[in-house]
Amino acid sequence: MISLIHAPASRRSLAALALALVIGVFGLPVLMLMLASVAGEWNGVFPSQLTVEHLRGAIAGDQRLTLWHSLATAVTATAVALALGAWGALAARRAPPGVQRLVDVVYFVPIALPSVSIGLALLVAFSRPPLLLNGTVTLVIVTHVVLITAYAYANAKAGLARLPAALEEMAGSLGATPHMVMLRITLPLLLPHLLAAAALGFSLSMGELGATIMLYPPRWATAPIEVFALTDRGSIFSGAAVGVVLLAGTFAALLMLDRKRFTAHLA
Amino acid sequence: MKPAATLGEGARAGAHDAWRPGWLSLPVAALGVVLFYPLALMSAQAFTDPDGGPGLGRFIAIVRTGLFIGALFDTVRIAFTATALCVALGFTLAILIRFVPFVGARALSRLIDAYLAFPSFLVALSLTFLYGNAGIFAAARGASSASFLYGFWGVVLAEVSYYTPFVMRPLLAALDTLDHAQLEAAGSLGETPVGVLRRIVLPATLPALLAGASLCLLLTINEFGIILVMGVKDVVTLPMLIYGKAIEQFDYAGASVVALCNIALSLGLYFACRRLVDRLPT
Repeated sequence: MISLIHAPASRRSLAALALALVIGVFGLPVLMLMLASVAGEWNGVFPSQLTVEHLRGAIAGDQRLTLWHSLATAVTATAVALALGAWGALAARRAPPGVQRLVDVVYFVPIALPSVSIGLALLVAFSRPPLLLNGTVTLVIVTHVVLITAYAYANAKAGLARLPAALEEMAGSLGATPHMVMLRITLPLLLPHLLAAAALGFSLSMGELGATIMLYPPRWATAPIEVFALTDRGSIFSGAAVGVVLLAGTFAALLMLDRKRFTAHLA
Repeated sequence: MKPAATLGEGARAGAHDAWRPGWLSLPVAALGVVLFYPLALMSAQAFTDPDGGPGLGRFIAIVRTGLFIGALFDTVRIAFTATALCVALGFTLAILIRFVPFVGARALSRLIDAYLAFPSFLVALSLTFLYGNAGIFAAARGASSASFLYGFWGVVLAEVSYYTPFVMRPLLAALDTLDHAQLEAAGSLGETPVGVLRRIVLPATLPALLAGASLCLLLTINEFGIILVMGVKDVVTLPMLIYGKAIEQFDYAGASVVALCNIALSLGLYFACRRLVDRLPT
């Protein structure tokens, strides 16, 4: 690595500045959230009393249910989005460039749209026949699928572009049926990219608020909804506790999925 | 749509290098039902008159209200201010992390990656503990006046905290591909560090910087969770207006009008930025 600054003293002060900026802008909010989740009473600069009551509350009763709703929604939506995204990328793979561009647009539209508007559109459309889904858990899952499929498609498409084409042709010329080539060669090679997409989709779904708040049924409130509901009622420490548990759950799941892939392919 | 039939054809065809359009019908049909059908219905609803028939009556009536114009103005003002600050902070941080070697610089850029998995509304919540009416800074100053957090600058601060990594990611990638020999040469020929930044680094990373900025602009225009959770009262943005009309007033048609305008605004600005990027000399 090169450095523009050669004087050790100015190098040290710039490094200190970088660390201070990163910690101040990104680290402090995370620390505050953790501190607030264990704050019993907080009138001065620091909490005068620490407690695990809020965290215990977050993993019991109603609040635990909302975490479970988030987890179930995220796992289901991620699985469906992966299938839908990978299918589209595979089907459009050898299409003429014009068709590929069209498929790109179809898949990428939701990224550019405000999530509140997507929630409203789904609420409007599925509150009337022929598809009455208003007030169902299915509608929440469908909404999350719409919001994260683009990432599954993008990752699958990027993975396919990097696939060594000769491998599949060789398998074909050795007598493997297209079916076998797909199952034994293409999909296994695509798996790391799909796992990266799963990690991103899962974490987006776990933290989704804008579209969900437009159409969730009261019996299927997700953890982000619960954080908003708690803080709106003034129970800010309980809200922080649910937020911390939500974050911990998301990161635990991401670590399980494959940490390296996640950091290499995110975004 | 007959997915079963197309599947059969695909398996019989044998050669795997030919494109079979039938396979696309299932995912495109699925997205049609869950995305384009809802968007079409929402648009149709926006263009109805209050009596129910099609027309521009409702659209014009809502677009002319002071509430809508104010929300449009606030949305654009917040998004542009936050994006400008994100670009400034993101550029500074990316340069520091890449060019001033210090222990943990790599780990730091990993952490910034992980930060993207953090939901935006949690940033808003944690800022209330820092700068809110009962937050650390209010306690430290002994102040009892209302905090700046619940207005324009509070929203901007939260959005800058949250969206700066989105600007930094493409920048860090672009900085990695920079020709280091060129930088060393410029330095040994007497160019100052600031000169190297201005004459070599900035032009070379400009496309990445603008790409990050346009993404940031798009995301800040559509930001909702931060403003909702902060409980901001004197700033109303378009997403908040949509939420208020649909959920608090059950006025789906009115919300649809605002949603269409919000979509048009974010897409319009995004594509304008992308065109700017495409026109850059490479």
